[in-house]
Amino acid sequence: MAKKKIRLSDIIKCFSLHIECGQGLLDREVEGGYVSDLLSDVMAHSKMGDVWITLQGHPNIVAVARLKEIAGIILINGRKPEEETIKKAEAEGVPILSSDLPAFELVGKLYEMGVSGKR
Amino acid sequence: MLMVLGHHLRTKNEWDRVMRSEILFQQKFKIHGGDFVNAGESSIKIRNILKEIGIDTDIIRRIAIAAYEAEMNVVMFAQHGTMHLLVYSNKILLKVADEGQGIENIELAMQPGFSTATEEMREMGFGAGMGLPNIKKNADVLNITSTVGKGTRLEININLNSKND
Ligand SMILES: Nc1ncnc2c1ncn2[C@@H]1O[C@H](COP(=O)(O)OP(=O)(O)OP(=O)(O)O)[C@@H](O)[C@H]1O
Ligand SMILES: [Mg+2]
Repeated sequence: MAKKKIRLSDIIKCFSLHIECGQGLLDREVEGGYVSDLLSDVMAHSKMGDVWITLQGHPNIVAVARLKEIAGIILINGRKPEEETIKKAEAEGVPILSSDLPAFELVGKLYEMGVSGKR
Repeated sequence: MLMVLGHHLRTKNEWDRVMRSEILFQQKFKIHGGDFVNAGESSIKIRNILKEIGIDTDIIRRIAIAAYEAEMNVVMFAQHGTMHLLVYSNKILLKVADEGQGIENIELAMQPGFSTATEEMREMGFGAGMGLPNIKKNADVLNITSTVGKGTRLEININLNSKND
């Protein structure tokens, strides 16, 4: 049986995420996920099409997401991206979402939904 | 890649020139120390250029990682620097040179986890001590030279016709 596609928009709906930017890019498919607040770690271990869960909201996350072809960034714990981050993310085409949940909760829910860190 | 560049190669001379591995494309980018807002932009530009040239996506991925880590190290540990992208028929060379604090012990700096990043940088998620190991892992050849108090030079070589890993 073919695996059901999960899109950013599905995740947003299921877990009532806030859309910080990238409104037009939310039909992007999510192929997996990675959680880390260390940028070099994300550079080394994230994969193309991942959602990246982090508490970092500064502009450099956009470069990391762009270079690694991340599907979208989700900020946790009610964190919001800096203004400059949003500007850059719009320019580079990187959707940023945010959740009031702690990382553990959000990742658990994503995993249950079928988003996995292994592939 | 040669196919994409191929339509420029009309004469035998031009072909010979490529086979002697001359530079097919090059561009230099400036990096400003301490500028965490624009950090990473040179690497994004390099990635976009290589995409346009038609370089293999696996190779682009490796170069993107190496370029980003090298660029961030200039931003974190130097006043300013340059990243020079050189595309040859058989390899891609990234030369990163900075004027900055330099590296006292390169062998130690290469160890995963070693970092002299400040508390502020660590709060931003830098300073895992994984940058240089990431570069090493993704390069076919990595050369580092450094003079304390003066600056650091990196030469990152990625072959176009071989797979690493
Ligand atoms: N261009 C440079 N100039 C001066 N020192 C450097 C330079 N690049 C690296 N170093 C030194 O080498 C150490 C290790 O570098 P590396 O990139 O592996 O880790 P980091 O930059 O500290 O953390 P990370 O890259 O994981 O964010 C740095 O902490 C710094 O002391
Ligand atoms: Mg580094």
